[in-house]
Amino acid sequence: MTRLHITKTPKCYVGGAFIRSESGRVAELLDATGAFFANVPQCTRKDLRNAVEAAAKAGPGWAKRSAFNRGQILYRLAEMMEARGVELAEGITLSGVSKAEASREVAAAIERVVHYAGWTDKYEQVLGSVNPVASAHFNFTVTEPMGIVGILAPDDAPVLGLLSLILPAITSGNSVLALASTTQPYPSILLGEMLATSDLPGGVVNLLTGVRSELIPTFATHEHIRAISGVANEDERKALRLGAAESVKRVHLRKAEEPINWFADKMQGAEEIRALVEFKTTWHPVGA
Amino acid sequence: MPAAKAPASLRRLFDEIGTVDHVGIEERVAKYTTRSIKKKSKIFGLRLAVTMVDLTTLEGKDTPGKVASLCQKALTPHDVGDIPSTAAVCVYPVMVKHAKKHVGGTKVKIASVATAFPSGQTPLKTRLAEVRTAVSDGADEIDMVINRGAFLTGEFGRMQDEIAAVVEACGDATLKVILEVSELETYDNIRAASFLAMRVIRPGDFIKTSTGKTSSNATLGNNQVMLEAIRDHFLATGVPIAMKPAGGIRTAKQALHFLIAVKETLGDEWLNNRRYRFGASALLNDLVRQLEKERTGAYQAPWTFSEATEGY
Repeated sequence: MTRLHITKTPKCYVGGAFIRSESGRVAELLDATGAFFANVPQCTRKDLRNAVEAAAKAGPGWAKRSAFNRGQILYRLAEMMEARGVELAEGITLSGVSKAEASREVAAAIERVVHYAGWTDKYEQVLGSVNPVASAHFNFTVTEPMGIVGILAPDDAPVLGLLSLILPAITSGNSVLALASTTQPYPSILLGEMLATSDLPGGVVNLLTGVRSELIPTFATHEHIRAISGVANEDERKALRLGAAESVKRVHLRKAEEPINWFADKMQGAEEIRALVEFKTTWHPVGA
Repeated sequence: MPAAKAPASLRRLFDEIGTVDHVGIEERVAKYTTRSIKKKSKIFGLRLAVTMVDLTTLEGKDTPGKVASLCQKALTPHDVGDIPSTAAVCVYPVMVKHAKKHVGGTKVKIASVATAFPSGQTPLKTRLAEVRTAVSDGADEIDMVINRGAFLTGEFGRMQDEIAAVVEACGDATLKVILEVSELETYDNIRAASFLAMRVIRPGDFIKTSTGKTSSNATLGNNQVMLEAIRDHFLATGVPIAMKPAGGIRTAKQALHFLIAVKETLGDEWLNNRRYRFGASALLNDLVRQLEKERTGAYQAPWTFSEATEGY
């Protein structure tokens, strides 16, 4: 018996809901053979603004969760990805990479999630400090999340690259809005579906798909975004730094011109978390 | 209360003024949210909305200091961008004299809720004394609540007599009659209460949706019912009554939707702060935030405008 072919409408994961672009625009996504695969939303600056509002709403609650609980939730994300790993790998093969290569990326991505799940209640001990001072003070430094972080994912490694940028930000309690790979947006759609079932509060991670050149000026100038992290080419870096100077936000960018090995161990760890936290030093008087 | 089961007095009133097409109203107001407003009109609307705000603080924890900062905010909503001042500040009667020190002699008026706000459940004598005190302390406008109990039991005469007594106690002060729509329950009742109030107040006095102290406040739906009541009353008698939705209008976008409703129901004659007001506190920040976005081209962070200091 022939069955009706059920086609899928990819939607972006914003504020815990699955949305189309407010503009209604879509771009055709082709598979590796050049055949039509799906229509992917082309998000606009208004979608970005809405995602910022969603992130702002979810951020304080996420930051207030205990470090241990954030770790539990990230581990739960790994569980959800593990269960749908094959589907995620198939999403990656749309770009033409081999099945083996795609599976390798998914496996590395899941391990990276677990890696940061472990860091949630440990980075503070590594990054914070008790400082020697020459007065009757107990002087210590602790970290605080920055707030809303904008993420610009690389075009390659659509799952591992994206997650390697998102995870260190949310580990410390930031909320993020990420622009997924422009050439391979579909895996980010699948990732959104996994985030939705991972106990991560809606709005902590917001995933947009769209045209980079349309959205980067808004990433740069939006005053509510406190930091930009990601991969950008020379022109984009310039635009981002100019906008960030105006709106006083931190910029943590890698060069798109140079190949990045997302599998490397140095792409994860406390230094990545350090890039997206604020340090607060307290002078507490003590009896002489 | 379906019209058929209503008390005889209410049924007689409906024979006269007509009832409300509930579905029609809902459909009409749903369309207001789909208008495409281009940049120039948006800036016009946002600035107009700022001039219509009754910047409100009605809390048990109000202090003279808090009222002082509210007054400063009403006079100068933002330090750059040439933002106009608001229409009024709205405070409790005991705070009128404190507000007077800051906005007395300026364009910003002092509105005071009175008549045992928000319930209205004290003897008429007490309520009238409250109104007179507020007016003698310097209130330019009085926001009263109607006797919902009297309305719901069909004692329209009593309800109207009380409003008329307050009108008299107001003297030169403008009166705003709060219907508290969430306690009237149906659109029909809102229309009926609007007409009863409009028949005893003066031209230029207001009818107002709600106190902001109950679960449901101003919506496009009940705003529309009241605007249409004002229109029908104006067409029948030539008496222009002003309108003030209050409570629940928090975003600039909502404010623009309400202004569209005014424009398309009552026309340009009502698009000024003598005929239309917003009772709000959080709204002003969002209006200024959107105006700054239009001025600078960059989306703004809320902390630039808000007194709230949470870290995000």
